[in-house]
Amino acid sequence: MAATLAPRTTAPRAPYGPGAAARRRRGALGLLAWLCGVVFFLPVAWMVLTSLHGESDAATNPPSLAAPLTLQGYREFFGASTGVSPWPPLINSLSASLLSTLLVLVLSIPAAYALSIKPVRKWTDVMFFFLSTKMLPAVAGLLPVYLIARDTGLLDNIALLVVLYTSMNLPIAVWMMRSFLAEVPVEILEAASIDGAGLPTVLARIVAPVVAPGIAATSLICFIFSWNELLFARVLTGVVAGTAPVFLTGFVTSQGLFLAKVCAAAVCVSLPVLVAGFAAQDKLVQGLSLGAVK
Amino acid sequence: MTLTPSLTGRTRTPRTARRSARPRRARGTWARRAPLLPALVFMIVVTQLPFVGTVAISFMRWNALDPDDRAFTGLRNYQEAVTDPESRSALLTTVTLTVTVVLVSLVLGLALALLLDRRFRGRGIVRTLLITPFLVVPVASALLWKHALYNATYGLINGSLTWLWSLFGSDDPPQPDWLSSLPLLSVEASLIWQWTPFMMLILLAGLQSRPLDAVEAARVDGASTWQVFRYLTFPHLRRYLELAALLGGIYVVQNFDAVFTLTGGGLDTANLPYAVYETFYQAHDYGQASAEGVLVVLCSLLVGSFALRTVSTLLREETR
Repeated sequence: MAATLAPRTTAPRAPYGPGAAARRRRGALGLLAWLCGVVFFLPVAWMVLTSLHGESDAATNPPSLAAPLTLQGYREFFGASTGVSPWPPLINSLSASLLSTLLVLVLSIPAAYALSIKPVRKWTDVMFFFLSTKMLPAVAGLLPVYLIARDTGLLDNIALLVVLYTSMNLPIAVWMMRSFLAEVPVEILEAASIDGAGLPTVLARIVAPVVAPGIAATSLICFIFSWNELLFARVLTGVVAGTAPVFLTGFVTSQGLFLAKVCAAAVCVSLPVLVAGFAAQDKLVQGLSLGAVK
Repeated sequence: MTLTPSLTGRTRTPRTARRSARPRRARGTWARRAPLLPALVFMIVVTQLPFVGTVAISFMRWNALDPDDRAFTGLRNYQEAVTDPESRSALLTTVTLTVTVVLVSLVLGLALALLLDRRFRGRGIVRTLLITPFLVVPVASALLWKHALYNATYGLINGSLTWLWSLFGSDDPPQPDWLSSLPLLSVEASLIWQWTPFMMLILLAGLQSRPLDAVEAARVDGASTWQVFRYLTFPHLRRYLELAALLGGIYVVQNFDAVFTLTGGGLDTANLPYAVYETFYQAHDYGQASAEGVLVVLCSLLVGSFALRTVSTLLREETR
């Protein structure tokens, strides 16, 4: 294979010369990349377009691309005809995600410190314990959690979701934060403490600048995973603490047209994650790879 | 690191000093451990204890509809879970779904990462377009695929078929009902769309961390594009491929949103997490649901032990 390919790329092509051929090939590959990007984006573009159509225009075959645009779907999402406001579930999602992200940071940063800068003995074992809990599927503990929550009156309560989302994201956060803290130069830490700098000074002056991007990446990932979660929210919450993904599943009705409405709702619920993810694409990569990729 | 001061201390100090050194050393280790403890205790209480509860309930006869009839039944629930054709098909579905989604998204993700690794106009925009599917909330994307794309009468796929056929003057386009004729493939397609960007992001980061001087040297020595890929890029990329596959695997094994939304577990698309949910939520059979839950854990431990091994090589390389 290599032998057959090699001459083709090196042999000059008569009318254009090697430079032109390579440039044309590069142009073609760039075009292919654009095509792939558009294909992957198409469903999302269709979601946005459908959300801006009237219900009857949204459900035509073949699709009516040039139908007049309307905000009716969004008005329906905000409860124009049903009177059901989407704000309680959105606020529930927001508070569950933000509070659990905060709790994750409070728990994971000291833990990562004890796993990197002043490591405990056998720190790798501890790292693997954290990661192995991630292999434990959420459903495995669902029933006892449900029973305990029922008996303690925590069902349909945001606090329960905060605790569960924290446990879901803490292993990832510990791994990520450790990989960032491991980059803090230990010699400088020691030099600073010899010079009489107290722990707060060391943390603020030396650790924080190195770790701040790590905290941002960790927060982003934890926020996205908490915002997206459906299984726990569906089983453990009801009318009071229901989150946005649960609310979203309620938009499908058995009668009448609902496509524009559902698309508008999907756009609104995805918007915070889309904005956060677009704004911090490089952080996304760090987070997804548990900090192994920087 | 913790051992050196105590070892030197032992050889030099007389007996009395050693006795007082011991509590100090113990205090030192506990000072090191202290920041770790809240996180560790939290994880044990929130994830391990409920699982112990699940294991305990899995040996009991316990149906929520008949709560007084609760008793120890030994391995009955497991026997039922293993012999029940639905659980078996759920197990098979989980394996097929995970393997297909991870492999296809990995291959697509690699192709896209290789495309994006070269310079072209608008590369940043294309990258943004490509990661968008991963940033749509999973339930939202499942609803989108079910109603806006797959729907047999007005979905975009069949709509496009009508449009394409009418271009050639035909008014009899194929209009398959995707979700009922190809249920598992439909679920897989929507998940592949969602997970390919994830694979691509990790592999692209891997490609961009590759030492460029070696590639240039090989090029100067006359290596072909394929040879550069086969002998330089691929070996470097290998651990990124493993990392992407295993992390993706962990998430896809546990997938609930797509199955729940797209097919509601019907037509042999129920995977294990969905089966557990159903036994618990609809059949209210706590004992059986727990036994199934334990089986899910055993399955993911299989995947997980491989994952741990891979990640441990990453960690070892980093600490070296």
